[in-house]
Amino acid sequence: MSVSFRALSVPDPSALMFGRASKPVSCGFGLELGNGQVYPELNFTLPTMVLDESNWTAVVAHYEEIGTSIQRAAKRLKLPGLMVEFELLPPMTEHPSWGAEITAILHRHLKQAHENFGLPCALRVTPTDIRDVTRPPELRSGKPLEALLRSFDECAAAGADVLSIESVGAKEVHDEALLYGDLEGVIFALGVLAPRDMDFLWNKIVAVCSAHTVVPGADSACGFANTAMQLSSQGMLPEVLAAVVRAASAVRSLVAYECGARGPSKDCAYEGPILKAITGTPIAMEGKSASCAHFSPVGNVAAAMCDLWSNESVQNVRLLSGPAPEAYLELLAYDCRLFNQALKSGTERAYQDLLVESDVHLSPQAYILSPLSTGRIASAIVKESNHYAMTLAAARESVLILREAGQKKELDLNSREVEWLERISRDLDALPVDEQQLLVAMQERYGHLFSAASYGL
Amino acid sequence: MKELQDLAQSVEQGQVQKVSGLTQQLLDSGVSPQTILNDGLIAGMTVVGQKMRSGEMYLPEVLQSASAMHGSLKILKPHLVREGAQSRGKIMVGTVKGDMHDIGKNLVSIMLQGAGFDIVDLGLNVSPQKFVEAISAHQPAILGLSAMLTTTMLNMKTTIEAINAAGLRSSVKVIIGGAPVSQKFADEIGADGYARDAVLAVDKVKQLLGVSA
Ligand code: B1M
Repeated sequence: MSVSFRALSVPDPSALMFGRASKPVSCGFGLELGNGQVYPELNFTLPTMVLDESNWTAVVAHYEEIGTSIQRAAKRLKLPGLMVEFELLPPMTEHPSWGAEITAILHRHLKQAHENFGLPCALRVTPTDIRDVTRPPELRSGKPLEALLRSFDECAAAGADVLSIESVGAKEVHDEALLYGDLEGVIFALGVLAPRDMDFLWNKIVAVCSAHTVVPGADSACGFANTAMQLSSQGMLPEVLAAVVRAASAVRSLVAYECGARGPSKDCAYEGPILKAITGTPIAMEGKSASCAHFSPVGNVAAAMCDLWSNESVQNVRLLSGPAPEAYLELLAYDCRLFNQALKSGTERAYQDLLVESDVHLSPQAYILSPLSTGRIASAIVKESNHYAMTLAAARESVLILREAGQKKELDLNSREVEWLERISRDLDALPVDEQQLLVAMQERYGHLFSAASYGL
Repeated sequence: MKELQDLAQSVEQGQVQKVSGLTQQLLDSGVSPQTILNDGLIAGMTVVGQKMRSGEMYLPEVLQSASAMHGSLKILKPHLVREGAQSRGKIMVGTVKGDMHDIGKNLVSIMLQGAGFDIVDLGLNVSPQKFVEAISAHQPAILGLSAMLTTTMLNMKTTIEAINAAGLRSSVKVIIGGAPVSQKFADEIGADGYARDAVLAVDKVKQLLGVSA
């Protein structure tokens, strides 16, 4: 860890606006992020197929087709800029040369687009965190870690402009705690274990990026907060719990920036607005136009502060219009035209209000993503000086925000959600100030699930 | 019987201590362990399953009920064994090779356990060979496969083929689930069933085993 954030980069929540970041990022072929425009970030994946050596020609053909359709759509739609994300599938990380080969293909397509019609563009590459193949996961040594680090290195050499990851350190404890609604376990995973793994991993990622002059993007709390979001959307967890987990997960994601990440954040990191308020760096977000990948209750509000607007993932299958990635690029392009027209005409505040107001009264998960709520959570985080206290502060602030919203009738919470909010509040209040005390108790409860050595404990 | 109703209700409310206490009382008063299991524990967990389905109970509450049931089962098990009571059926579950998504599979296990089935959970990233070996060793009535990636769902097919090749297919029924799969896919790969979520997985297992409630 080298930087610590003790004050907000964007102290005034009304300055948290889509397309504008106080610390813009330049990457790839002349793409400027957070500099007054929102750009699409297109993500895609393979359809149902075998992914191994025997089928590699077919795999390559898919990415070639995707590259060609991206070029075609970018030109047709007169895109002002584009980020493409290549999210590796597990075998492509286990065999680093496979991921590098696809990276090189996509890099070539973007280079052509830049040379042929001047498209400002960049390629984000996201290797899979494959360190949790064993239980308990071995995070700090072993073959998967070696392959993962080689994957970063080889993808950087093959033409990645930004590197990111959805890392999973502490998920082995968080999953269990979440299912049981155990707040002690949730905060322990997010505030004690996960930051230690983030610090370990991100120092290594930043070193790879420095060696290749590639931008260290950011991490995502997908395995934590999006699991909670999916569970709540299936009616298995209260929505207020998913909202509190989202707020608390921002701290483990912040550690990447403490180690030198510069953004843009990952699309599935819905904690992005909190990170933007703290670090001032540009963020990628996804919402209504990512329903091809998963459902969410935050389709509009997620866009309120974004600098990149993503579809999360779509299979390369044929739709009536054409290949699905091309169709989704068109969808994102039109979404971005609206953001950018609002910025150009000075109506961005009104447009942001519409995005926020249309969602926040319907869901606690949406409510905590408004500029006001994210500003409050971010402020609570930077007031504290260690990751455990920061995580606890974020969780407690989100409870206060939701309780006030319920009392003011700005948020419709049913009686079971209210009961759960109060239960969460009580559980958070009962947590010790000293993280060592929590560590001892949690080692007893969850010691069978994690290896202390994986966290340098 | 009022005490059995009480037991079922206490399971539903997740009262761990009370459930264990009532189980012991019922045994002491001569009620058969099979009756306690069926009319107390499973009856209570059936209501829990229904309430979860209708959105009246969340998972942490369901798990609290499951803990209460487990406490009672610890007391009942030796008596059930002594009576030679039949299990409702053994179900083996696992996430297929190459796939590390396991929350969905874990939920399926939890719900099946709550419905009174014995579970053998092979974990995640399970190779076809490991499934075959485990079927030979444990002889489950049903194998439940989970996959979340478009590039791992075909490992369900490979697994069924390996079970076929080992000559074990007629001894075990196979059900599948996970975000990218469907009934159509289940039909294509020769699975016996598909379930969209954990609650429906219990229904599917009951249907395949001819268990009524
Ligand atoms: C036996 O009978 C049955 C019956 C019913 C069964 C059943 C078996 N199994 C499941 N069911 C059913 O019942 C369950 C309960 O009701 C349900 O289970 P589910 O698992 O569906 O539901 C859970 C309760 C909640 N759902 C979840 O937890 C999954 C949510 C999403 C967002 C998701 C998450 C959270 C994660 N992920 Co991943 N993830 C996604 C998911 C998006 C989506 N559309 O679901 C998906 C599946 N992931 C994806 C990807 C790409 C990846 N993920 C990865 C990793 C992860 C996390 C670890 C970060 C996290 C883990 C969650 C976990 N512990 O399982 C990586 C792969 C890891 C691997 N080796 O498998 C990685 C490759 C990303 C990367 N580059 O790192 C995408 C798949 C794309 C594809 N090609 O198929 C994805 C659609 C998201 C996306 N990008 O759009 C039903 O499906």
